Amino acid sequence: MLTVSHVAKSYDGVRALRDASLDVRAGEVHALVGENGAGKSTLVRVLTGAVRPDAGQVTLGGTRMTRFTPQEARALGVVAIHQHPALFPDLSVAENLAIGREPAGWLRRVNWTARRDAARDLLARVGAQIDVDRDAASLSLPEAQLVEIARALGAEARLLILDEPTASLTPREVDRLFELLDGLRREGVAIIYITHRLEELPRLADRVTVLRDGATVGTHEVAAIEPHALIRLMVGREVSSVFPKREVPIGEPVLEIEGLSAPEAGVHDVSLTVRRGEIVGLAGLIGAGRTELARVLFGLEPAARGAIRLAGRPFRPRSPSGAIALGLAYLPEDRRRHGVVLDLSVTANLTLATLRAFSRRGLLSTQAERTTAARLVDALGVKTASLDTPVRDLSGGNQQKVALGRWLVQPPQVLVLDEPTQGVDVGAKAEIHRLIGDLAADGLGVLLISSELPEIFGIADRILVMRAGTIAAAFPRAEATPEAVMAAAFGRPPAA
Amino acid sequence: MIGIGARERPAALGLAALLLLLAAAAPGFYDPAALRDLLLANAPLLIVAAGMTLVVLAGHIDVSAGAIFGVAAVIAGVLAREGVPVPAAALAAALAGGGIGLVNGLLVTRLGLPSIVVTLAMLVILRDALRWTTDGAWIRDLPAGFQWFGLGQDAGRLLLLAAAALIVVAVGWGLRVLGAGRALYAVGSDLESARLLGLDPDRVVLGAFTAAGLLSGLAGVLNASRFAEVPGSIPNGLELEVIAAVVVGGAAITGGRGSMIGTGLGVALLGAIGTGLTFLGVSASWERALQGAIILAAILVDTVGPVRRRVARGAASHA
Repeated sequence: MLTVSHVAKSYDGVRALRDASLDVRAGEVHALVGENGAGKSTLVRVLTGAVRPDAGQVTLGGTRMTRFTPQEARALGVVAIHQHPALFPDLSVAENLAIGREPAGWLRRVNWTARRDAARDLLARVGAQIDVDRDAASLSLPEAQLVEIARALGAEARLLILDEPTASLTPREVDRLFELLDGLRREGVAIIYITHRLEELPRLADRVTVLRDGATVGTHEVAAIEPHALIRLMVGREVSSVFPKREVPIGEPVLEIEGLSAPEAGVHDVSLTVRRGEIVGLAGLIGAGRTELARVLFGLEPAARGAIRLAGRPFRPRSPSGAIALGLAYLPEDRRRHGVVLDLSVTANLTLATLRAFSRRGLLSTQAERTTAARLVDALGVKTASLDTPVRDLSGGNQQKVALGRWLVQPPQVLVLDEPTQGVDVGAKAEIHRLIGDLAADGLGVLLISSELPEIFGIADRILVMRAGTIAAAFPRAEATPEAVMAAAFGRPPAA
Repeated sequence: MIGIGARERPAALGLAALLLLLAAAAPGFYDPAALRDLLLANAPLLIVAAGMTLVVLAGHIDVSAGAIFGVAAVIAGVLAREGVPVPAAALAAALAGGGIGLVNGLLVTRLGLPSIVVTLAMLVILRDALRWTTDGAWIRDLPAGFQWFGLGQDAGRLLLLAAAALIVVAVGWGLRVLGAGRALYAVGSDLESARLLGLDPDRVVLGAFTAAGLLSGLAGVLNASRFAEVPGSIPNGLELEVIAAVVVGGAAITGGRGSMIGTGLGVALLGAIGTGLTFLGVSASWERALQGAIILAAILVDTVGPVRRRVARGAASHA
């Protein structure tokens, strides 16, 4: 039904897929698993025609994809359902179900009765009782997912791709979803099912394909493979200290969190301690609550309960400016959007967080700014045409060096880093790791959120694993193994 | 640090071309008296544009600027007629403008409403409140000290031009060397980044709207002082002219990019083109159309240019 052979895709020089192969039969539920960043999403984007691969072939039902446009994928019967339903919030359920299916002439009259009837039929097929006149915005998440599946039925999907559909469903809703998928399987639809919940596989999937670092490492019958063997396949690379770890003396606690809960952010009863000079790695799957924890600490999400001590003093996060003033800095995950101000120059970005240090009686000393910026650019090895170049024109790695380097002007007490080397090339990665080590050596406490195990194993002194909003496991560096960390992240007991 | 960068270059080149063309084809444009009148007519506009630059840099827009301008003039006129000393009346009117700007800013930051909606509502409220109070009638019987603040025509003219020059220099300088100026660029460029860096975007936006209201009010008072009577309604389309000048001067309407120099060039270009056309013998009815074409060209330069560059860079990185 679907054959993907040796597909590769790079974004701006970063390889998302190297060599992905996959074959899915009609009437099969085929699971696709892998670590964060293994290339699952990119593969889905290729199949749905959102991106064109650099190499490789995709054949669907005997037809080879050539143009890789959404129209082509659609014509071949590919429909994808994402973790966050993509319905038009201001349109009714009936309109959402009709989009892309009705005769699309600009001046054709809409037959509302037929449209509503068709919508009711589709919803009946997925066993949903939803008023077709409701706005999509008013649907609950499971309802919206049902509507999306109904839309896939309406589109006469031959290949249905589900990307972590159960991430936010209750067990009963999961059961219904699985029954529905069983029904589709009997109708001969091929289903690709992406999940982090390995325990779902035996109930649902026929076969499973493991992706690692953008390449397929194997396809197995679900019945014939143990979960811990799957985990080993997903991790399965040499995790060595590729990044030189600087050993520095560990001092007194600088960030202490006791029983911190923030229900709105999905953070439950988190306790952890970071000491001066210590780099604490925070591992976990996407959605485990790591970024949310950082946002609570930084005052971007309200905390309900718990106590935080910063450098020995009670700390109540209220706003980023308050957190920074007390010595807590945060480097957000989405660098291009939030880590740097793209329109501002290298100099302005480096001094923006500590403008006061460059002002006398409210007036900025551009001279002092430039001196400091020149020193930092030199020390960090930022490759830039000039100090006045907008950060927009720098490469990802150099943008990140600027984002990190600004905290060298007036070092904070604690630095929370969220995926600091995501999408950064290898050379810049090592330099960023060196920089993080230097900051720790200066007595900072570093909380390092990372989905890359080699990074965490390379530079962290201790490794914490988050799962479902809380700390699920903690390992000293010497005792941690990638398998144990992944098992904790997936919520399975480590293999004996 | 005062220079004409890539963003200001099109307006600078356009202005230079226009001035050269006028020098060659219609030297009458350079008659000192005509030039002086042109400057005097555009000085208040330049002051409003300085305020608008702040708002646009913050990533917002203020379409109530013209209404504030008109209302401030009426307030100054009425207070002066009722016997308030003229300087006090002028100050009160400018501060009222600042107050209206503050309300705009509060509605935008506290309620999270889009600035175009807030300031459009403010425009309608001010216009109709004014119509209701004055019935559209001019404010007459002003004390002798109202026109030119009683300084006489020559000193009064000088005062107006000096005030405009001072404000332009102050705003341009402040944008460069004040922390607030840097914060304005950062917030307009990327609000979320700015917040994560510890800046307070709400305060920055509030400040921009308040300053813009204050400058619009001040401009309205200074403009009114050129005449012996004050019109009882708001000027027509002043805010659009000002926004156009800011955009033509190279500011990105999405915020974060632009400069006071650019805005100055924009005001000069749009201001000179109308009079210039008359001198070139083109019918004045083409003025608006040509201004529209210039605005369109400015927006094209702003959006098509970067796309080209991005495409070129993308191609280079794949090579």
